[in-house]
Amino acid sequence: MNSESRREQFHTPTLTERILGKLHIDIPLFIILLLISLLSFIILYSAGSQEIGLLVRQAFRVGLAYLLMTVLAHINPYQFKRYSALLFGMGIALLVAVLIMGHIGKGAQRWLDLGVFRFQPSEMIKITTPMMIAWYLADHALPIKPQQLLISGILILIPTLLIAKQPDLGTAILVASSGAAVLFFAGLSWRFILAIIASLSALAPIVWHYFLHDYQRARIITLLDPEADPLGRGYHIIQSKIAIGSGGIYGKGWLGSKQSELEFLPESSTDFIFAVFAEEFGLFGCLGLIALYLLVIGRCLYIASQAQDTYSRLLAGSLAFTFFVYVFVNIGMVIGVLPVVGVPLPMISYGGTSVVTLLAGFGILMSIHTHKKLIPH
Amino acid sequence: MPRNLTYKDNPEESYQFLARIISAFIIILLLTAGLVIRLVYLQVAGHQHYATLAKENSIKIEPTVPSRGIIYDKRGNILAENTQTYTLELIPEQISDLDDTLIKLKTLLDIPGEKIEQFQKLRKRQKHFTSIPLLTNMTDEEVAKFAVVRPFYHGTDVQVRQSRNYPYGELAAHVVGYVGRINEEDMKELPLAEYRGSTFIGKLGIESAYESVLHGTTGYSEIEVNVQGRPLKTLKEVDPVAGANLHLSLDIELQKTAYDALEKYNGAVVAIEIETGGVLTFVSRPGFDPNPFVVGISNSAYQALNASPDQPLYNRALRGLYPPGSTIKPFMALAGLEYDAVGARQQLFCPGYYQLPNDSHHYRDWRKGGHGSVNVSEGITQSCDVYFYRLAGILGIDRIHSFLQQFGFGEKTGIDLMGEKAGLLPSREWKMAKKGQAWFPGETVITGIGQGYHQVTPLQLAKATATLANNGKVVTPHLVDKLVAESTRSPSASIPKSTIALKSANIKTIIAAMVNVVHSNRGTARSIGLDINYQIAGKTGTAQVINIKQNASYNEHQIDFKQRDHALFISFAPADNPKIAVAVIAENGGHGGSVAAPIAAKVIKQYLRDKQNAQP
Repeated sequence: MNSESRREQFHTPTLTERILGKLHIDIPLFIILLLISLLSFIILYSAGSQEIGLLVRQAFRVGLAYLLMTVLAHINPYQFKRYSALLFGMGIALLVAVLIMGHIGKGAQRWLDLGVFRFQPSEMIKITTPMMIAWYLADHALPIKPQQLLISGILILIPTLLIAKQPDLGTAILVASSGAAVLFFAGLSWRFILAIIASLSALAPIVWHYFLHDYQRARIITLLDPEADPLGRGYHIIQSKIAIGSGGIYGKGWLGSKQSELEFLPESSTDFIFAVFAEEFGLFGCLGLIALYLLVIGRCLYIASQAQDTYSRLLAGSLAFTFFVYVFVNIGMVIGVLPVVGVPLPMISYGGTSVVTLLAGFGILMSIHTHKKLIPH
Repeated sequence: MPRNLTYKDNPEESYQFLARIISAFIIILLLTAGLVIRLVYLQVAGHQHYATLAKENSIKIEPTVPSRGIIYDKRGNILAENTQTYTLELIPEQISDLDDTLIKLKTLLDIPGEKIEQFQKLRKRQKHFTSIPLLTNMTDEEVAKFAVVRPFYHGTDVQVRQSRNYPYGELAAHVVGYVGRINEEDMKELPLAEYRGSTFIGKLGIESAYESVLHGTTGYSEIEVNVQGRPLKTLKEVDPVAGANLHLSLDIELQKTAYDALEKYNGAVVAIEIETGGVLTFVSRPGFDPNPFVVGISNSAYQALNASPDQPLYNRALRGLYPPGSTIKPFMALAGLEYDAVGARQQLFCPGYYQLPNDSHHYRDWRKGGHGSVNVSEGITQSCDVYFYRLAGILGIDRIHSFLQQFGFGEKTGIDLMGEKAGLLPSREWKMAKKGQAWFPGETVITGIGQGYHQVTPLQLAKATATLANNGKVVTPHLVDKLVAESTRSPSASIPKSTIALKSANIKTIIAAMVNVVHSNRGTARSIGLDINYQIAGKTGTAQVINIKQNASYNEHQIDFKQRDHALFISFAPADNPKIAVAVIAENGGHGGSVAAPIAAKVIKQYLRDKQNAQP
């Protein structure tokens, strides 16, 4: 073989490629994420009453989140796999701790106050749960066997129930779906999936009666009939629909959200920011944002498909799918097709917790994608 | 071996995994499509609906109150004007320590405790960013006192508010009326959209009758508000259209003359300009000061007005019902001539009383010995009762009724005021309907001298007199001469005039007789015709308040003032070219000739003098 044909196979990396290789950043994903973050600031400026201080605080958090993403992208996926069980265990311990503290404090408790910043163990669990399940399944040949399914199910249920108990239904759904996604990618049979869906539907009344809090039930009732209590529970949904609907096809333009500016729409910069976005940028804007989200998901799924080992694949696939669940649950509740659960619009809503977790997830995905070794075929 | 190097491991597993990835992506796309469908439903199909809801959410209509039309008299004197009152108002939101501020203001301006309580009540009902009145109708001194310390009272300020003032007070109260705060009763009938923001509404008189033109058209601004209702910016403004100014035919100086001329008597003086029907004076004495009604009259003051035996709130000119007495005689005489019931020269004998056939009752003449033989002219001049007893008997009630009706007796004159009384012109049908009784001949007899059932308002008398003076051309009295508005409102439509068919010779006879009432030495009002170079035609009248028994005699010095006869006088002048007709009723005045006639004379003389002076 001459050197020329060698170069065809292993061309010398250019300087840029070498720098990027060192950074372990996935450029396409990174660019889309930056675009979404940019959109976030644009809409936050409007939804947050054009308050610069709010943007600065958010920029600080997002900056930290991107830093965390870069750091995680540097870590070899092997390390994640190695510490999966440990991190999961820690997360469960913290959840229990929070629950006990909440019990003492007689009220909902989700935070651990670490002095410098407050830490939400349920956020960490969003990532450590799929890590745990992926780790557990990685050493077994796929597709998943019934015994493994049972153990995985229990592993998923523990954090889900702990979080639901807080109560934080939104996060519980996300954690459960992140675990379920791993099982799905692990090749859970379609027949079984359909059976699960069917039995869940059958179990719904039981869940309704014994597992939901009154306010959670009320939220579901509200979803079905918001006009029943227009100034109470239905208010969010009604005002949100007014905002979205009045935006029309082209929207009212940036800073044009009357519903938010005049404070008719509650939580306009956090959970209901999509309504502001829809009011200002209309249907076209919404389609654009959804397209950006689909690009993120598509890229993540691609990364998953290119992953080298079972652990990486399952984890990457789950992170991608969970991101979609995030988007779906939030937009679904804002446009009035899902009950109101406290899930922010990923990468857009004001607040640090969710963006840190999300970017941590993307950091892991980038790590998976950028740490590859040649293995014999 | 580089060709055999790859990034992949177990190919079967990775194939299976890839299938799942694709499945997941398809699920994701399907669910996303669901979201998009919902978005299209909201933003395209539902856009109109939600856009409307959004607008309703955030846009508030703020009314801009138009300035009320001003009311002028004939000479351009202002009878009702808009004034500004100073009100101390506080915006609670802007005041850091409200209680402290209230205590300080209380001592500074000596505000009574009840006002503070009232303020606190208002405050609880209002939004905390609205301006709430603490002290209304501030005096200049109070304004000045506050002005000094104003910089230390953030959120407290003296505001200028619209009010209404009636400079002539009681003199014109029964004509102009007054405005008052809109109450619940008013609300029921008002076009609410037009009155948004308005404080006042006409309650009485011209203010009430011309409410719709005086009020003007309310403007508005569309104001964007936030969820608490706080105004943020104005989106659109539509200016109000000021109410039309009204020019009355009323001459306030003549009104004053008439009012003062009544002196101690309660009563009414109505003067009408014959040519136009314009009402020159419209006096009902006593009047009342309408100004306290604007800001809200205190209960005790209102009770005092209501309980007063003189009934100052009672519009005598418009609603007072009196027997016409002898003032009916010229009309009765004219009826006799028109129906050929008597000839102009035909004499009827007056022995001092009249008896119906087969009836012992004596219908007495005011002069005990009688007037002897009198013709129609002497009958009027001397006010011979017996002549008219006889005449009435000849005419019969049906002819009397149909003739007098033409002059407007028994029906509203149609003046542009509300609450007018129609009076009562008795007839056979009326009596049957009302009392279920047949008409008795004796009732016809006393109708001949304006007693019995017949009741007139002073305004009716004036109208009938003006119509007589106008050769039977019916005069419809009105108060508003013209409306002057910024917008092109048409002036009040001219009233169609009907004419009573009368022979001019008959009218001449009657007028000549009425001239003699004032100008002949046997006339009952001869005292008023001495110092003028034109002639006044008139007729005195005395309306009984109590019935005198058959054989008793009436002695005004012996009976209670309130039971004395009412003194009446109708007149017009100049007799040969009538310009003004005046009707006067002085309650308990006794004699028309000595009490009522001089009042009418003052009005006529002043009016004609002014008219002469106005012509170069």
